[in-house]
Amino acid sequence: MATATGLESLVDQIISVITNDGRNIVGVLKGFDQATNIILDESHERVFSTKEGVQQVVLGLYIIRGDNIGVIGELDEELDASLDLSKLRAQPLKPVVH
Amino acid sequence: MLFFSYFKDLVGQEVTVELKNDLAIRGTLHSVDQYLNIKLENTRVVDQDKYPHMLSVRNCFIRGSVVRYVQLPPDGVDVDLLHDAARREARGG
Repeated sequence: MATATGLESLVDQIISVITNDGRNIVGVLKGFDQATNIILDESHERVFSTKEGVQQVVLGLYIIRGDNIGVIGELDEELDASLDLSKLRAQPLKPVVH
Repeated sequence: MLFFSYFKDLVGQEVTVELKNDLAIRGTLHSVDQYLNIKLENTRVVDQDKYPHMLSVRNCFIRGSVVRYVQLPPDGVDVDLLHDAARREARGG
C-alpha cells in the first residue's frame, strides 16, 4: 500500500494513547507489532477530573496490550506546551463498550 | 475485503469517526489497513469542550476494534457500485 497505516512514522515520537478503559497515557513510542501492542518509554498518565486540573502520574517504561488500545495520537509538542493542563477540567473518558 | 477496498477509495476525504466510547473525531482519511484501523490527519474532536483529552493531537491512529461508525461525505458513497460488489461477494464470486 502506498500510504502506510502502521505506526512506523510514530516511533521515537511522543504519543498520546487512549485505552479502552478510558485512560490517557503519554509517552515515547519505542516499538509496536501487528496486534498494536506497544512499548512506551518515559510514560505518564494524564488523569482528567472535573474537580481539579489534570494530574500527571509517572509510569516509566510501559507495554500496553493492543486489545486494550483505542486511539494512538501523535502529540504536537508545540500545541501541548501551549496547553495549561492545571486549568483543564473534564469528565474522564468513558470506557469502550463493544 | 470489500470494505477495505471501499475505505481505500475514500482516502483523502473528510470523515468523522465515532468511537465506542462516544468520542467522535473528524479528520482527513490518510489510510486504512486490513483490520480497518484508520489513520486520520488534521484531526479535531467534535465536542472539544466535553472532550479536551486530544487537544494537542493533530494526527492519529484509530484501532479498528473501537470504531462504532464512520460518517462519510454524501458524495463519497456510490451505493449502486457497493450494492453490486456486495451481491457479487455474497454469491461467492
